[in-house]
Amino acid sequence: MTGRNSLFGPVDPAVEAGYHEPPPRKGFFTDTSICIGCKACEVACKEWNEVPDDGFNFLGMSYDNTGSLNADTWRHVAFIEQRKPVDGDGAGSRAPVDLGMPARHSDNGHEVQLPESGADDDKPDFRWLMSSDVCKHCTHAACLDVCPTGSLFRTEFGTVVVQEDICNGCGYCVPACPYGVIERRKGDKATKKNVGIAQKCTLCYDRLDAGQRPACAQACPTESIQFGDLGELRERANKRVAKLHEAGIMDARLYGNDPNDGVGGTGAFFLLLDEPEVYGFPPDPVVTTRDLPHMFNRATTAALALFAGAVISFLGRRP
Amino acid sequence: MVPEAEFTSYYGRQIVKPSPWEADIPAYLFSGGLAAGSSLLAAGADLTGRAGLRRVGRLGAISALTFSMVALVHDLGRPERFVNMLRVVKVTSPMSVGTWILSTYGPFAGAAAAAELVELLPPHRRTGLLGLVARLGRPAGLIAGVTAPPVAAYTAVLLADTSTPSWHAAYRELPFVFVGSAAAASGGLGMLASPTREVGPARNLAVGGAVLETIMERRMERSMGITAEPLHTGKAGVLMRAAKSLTIAGAAGSLLAGRSRILAALSGAALLAGSVCTRFGVFEAGQASARDPKYTVVPQRERLEKGEPVRYSG
Repeated sequence: MTGRNSLFGPVDPAVEAGYHEPPPRKGFFTDTSICIGCKACEVACKEWNEVPDDGFNFLGMSYDNTGSLNADTWRHVAFIEQRKPVDGDGAGSRAPVDLGMPARHSDNGHEVQLPESGADDDKPDFRWLMSSDVCKHCTHAACLDVCPTGSLFRTEFGTVVVQEDICNGCGYCVPACPYGVIERRKGDKATKKNVGIAQKCTLCYDRLDAGQRPACAQACPTESIQFGDLGELRERANKRVAKLHEAGIMDARLYGNDPNDGVGGTGAFFLLLDEPEVYGFPPDPVVTTRDLPHMFNRATTAALALFAGAVISFLGRRP
Repeated sequence: MVPEAEFTSYYGRQIVKPSPWEADIPAYLFSGGLAAGSSLLAAGADLTGRAGLRRVGRLGAISALTFSMVALVHDLGRPERFVNMLRVVKVTSPMSVGTWILSTYGPFAGAAAAAELVELLPPHRRTGLLGLVARLGRPAGLIAGVTAPPVAAYTAVLLADTSTPSWHAAYRELPFVFVGSAAAASGGLGMLASPTREVGPARNLAVGGAVLETIMERRMERSMGITAEPLHTGKAGVLMRAAKSLTIAGAAGSLLAGRSRILAALSGAALLAGSVCTRFGVFEAGQASARDPKYTVVPQRERLEKGEPVRYSG
């Protein structure tokens, strides 16, 4: 079961975890270029999974009053307002760009036309990035690697799920995650469920078992959140980026799609219109387990040094 | 002055999350190391006829170990499920490995301590079962001594095997810092509590540990890049500076103590306090490094700018 790429490098996670002929790996392709920031994904996720409220806050972060992914937020929509034209550096096409959203039809059935391109001065130097964040379901998942009870496990779909009845809330998965997704739920045990244990997106494992799409993908009105077989999603994403580049949106790039990256590629990957850190993602994440063999080597040497030091301490005449 | 690193973030919010741990865990880091070093001193004392040092070592080890277990269970979100730690043996999880290290070392340290307590009874009372317990003391104590070093060293892997910038970046040297700290603490306890004529090996271990810790801590900071910053600022900075002062003062005092019981005890106390400060300082620095996106973004962005992202190359 353990092979060369068990800790780092491209691998099929379900096969790696020991499943015999698992179904195709499932994941999300989140195309943030067509996200409208409606937060239907946040609501659907909360409803389906009975995720508690994460506070009724006004954070002043554009329309983001959720803040981040955490134990009580498994889908989080980020909003970034930028003083930049839609096509990033403004070097691309000046015509309004059809970003591929479903077409609007007027009452008499005609497709609504986009406004005519005006003078360059009318172009707004403003764009609004919106992105629905979620657990990445990494190929090499640090949370899963460090879980000491076996609560976190790899499903046959290649996703990572917490078994709520086993987790004892040690909290080790929390600092292990390179994206800062998973968290230990806080609150009153009498009124809130699963307090004290680790909580995160399950990629609606219960819905997958029933042949359904995850709740967020089901609810997304623009199909920004696309669910399917990961291989097919990656191909679709590559085509989408090429199309955006053709239209002059040179900022478009994929994040998490590369199986050679620090976490072996992610089950939930993204099309972004700016650098990852603008959205709150780590620019070059690495699974901490990659360095674990070396860490254990160093610790073994240190342990031997302590033993030798203790022996040496007793040499020589007393006292 | 090094200019402030420029980086972008999402409204200045953290990316990785700090651990949800509180004082329980750094306290455990200290007491685990103290227990390990004490068991080593006890084993050596037993083999070289130093009954006083042996007693301090064995009873110190079991006290520290008991405190460790209480702290670890108390830290859990669901303490009643602590037994689930024993569900699996998982080598990719330093916490699982540590659970089994402690489960191996613990019973032998306990048996050695039990034998030590029986030794406190008058000889005519050590009959039957109690006599057996007393006789098991030496073998149990020796096994505890041999299984103790991993207890002191694995906690560094526990912290380093995370995405917490200041912990992960320290992974090469942190095991030596923690082992040195464990030696200094247990040597300090030996100096504090054992009879003057038997204190020699405790002093040697304390000074050796203090030297190792100080040297490796310096090397560690140099290898950490920007993530060394949290070790110098804020609460962590105060703790690390206190740790250095107390450890160096304690080591110096140990060497100069000679026959002075008072000076030996003060040096021992300083070394113990210094070890506490080291563990809490490293812990706090890690937490601070996770809360500030700078320490996650800047090193990663630098790699990308240099054209050296972390990629699998076959």
